[in-house]
Amino acid sequence: MEDVQTLSFEAAYAELAAIVERLDAAELTLEESVALFERGRALAARCQSLLDEAALRVGRLEDNGTVTPLG
Amino acid sequence: MIDVVTVAELTAHIRQLFEDEPGLRDVWVEGEVSNFRRAASGHCYFTLKDSAAQIACVLWRSHAERQVMLPENGDAVLVHGAVSVYEASGVYQLYADRVRPLGPGDLHLRFEQLKAKLLAEGLFDAARKRPLPAFPRRIGVVTSADAAAFQDVLNVLRRRYPLGEVILSPCGVQGDAAPAQIAAAIERLNAHDACDVILVCRGGGSLEDLWAFNDERVARAIAASRIPIVSGVGHETDVTITDFAADVRAPTPSAGAELLAPDIADLRLGLAGLRARLSAALAAGLAARANRLERERRALRGASPLRLIERYRQRIDDWNAALATRQQQRLALLRERVNGRQAALAAASPAAILARGYALIAHADTGQRITSAHSPAAQPGAPLVISLHDGQRRARLED
Repeated sequence: MEDVQTLSFEAAYAELAAIVERLDAAELTLEESVALFERGRALAARCQSLLDEAALRVGRLEDNGTVTPLG
Repeated sequence: MIDVVTVAELTAHIRQLFEDEPGLRDVWVEGEVSNFRRAASGHCYFTLKDSAAQIACVLWRSHAERQVMLPENGDAVLVHGAVSVYEASGVYQLYADRVRPLGPGDLHLRFEQLKAKLLAEGLFDAARKRPLPAFPRRIGVVTSADAAAFQDVLNVLRRRYPLGEVILSPCGVQGDAAPAQIAAAIERLNAHDACDVILVCRGGGSLEDLWAFNDERVARAIAASRIPIVSGVGHETDVTITDFAADVRAPTPSAGAELLAPDIADLRLGLAGLRARLSAALAAGLAARANRLERERRALRGASPLRLIERYRQRIDDWNAALATRQQQRLALLRERVNGRQAALAAASPAAILARGYALIAHADTGQRITSAHSPAAQPGAPLVISLHDGQRRARLED
């Protein structure tokens, strides 16, 4: 499994939604469901911190393909 | 004395008359273009005429470049400018700064013609429209860096979707050169794979101001873009060819910015919902397991030999109790019967008979009971014991 801390918001959110679906629906062993829950909690925390820390970045695309940050 | 002036002095005088006349300084003239010519310098020269007259016109390069499009011969136009004199030729002319196609005719006609052509090509087909990414990481914006529209877009995204990165692909948004620049800006974003979604936008303005977004080159660049495109050009009421070609049309730049990304407030709500469901799902799973465990424990208890033994033990207790009851009943019965017999026995007892005045006689030495007068033991002189109900007396038989 990918390290939660490197996931984008989109990826973390999508995986969290999938975990909730599985926990809701699937017949799992106790160990599996607890492991899924723990993973889900880490994903939720990742999403939360991404939301809390988000600050829009703005840049300009140059002809050579590089992006110059704009103040 | 005759006043003599030079040609130059006269012409300068005439020119001054023109330039002092308010009615010639700021004038709109309606007419048809002919003899249109663009010099290598970029300045444009043409004649404006109607059925009765004509006037020479000049459109300097600086103004020509700001034109959405240059007029062609035969176009009916409205020209704005000032009338003055070109002294070198001795002609008065209209120094134009703006040339507008006249009336509902030209621009609208070109718009409809281009729209019909691209529609027939299938460029606007619904099947060509691509879905927008749900969480765009990089948002390409095709507009002018100085445009208020760009600041509007940034403000909306800072407030609603600070998760993203805005990549400005700058271009002019007005004038003759703008269409090629807009198309190039879109192509540049594609060439460098610089974003997940593109917003092509410009703030409100006149039909002429927005005209670059009705250009075929722009429409084709949008159609050729691999990256989905949202258009947000002008105000709500403005519709451009760009809007038709784009995957999604937004009425304004700000609306476009709102449309191409989710609102962080909704994301927070969604996240809170997922968190609650996550905990609830685990809790429900644990509760279901506890229930199942309890059910199975109960079923196990039902099937246990201990339970069988308990059942038998109880039955045995029941039987014991029944047995004891029966025994007691039987004993009581017997006791009663014994009592009856005892009474009968007591009635039949020799003591009772003796009490009634009878006596028992036995030989005193042998103890043999003498029940007959002819008993061999009843010899004269035989010692006797006479038992009465309250004691015994000795006697001797006399004869």
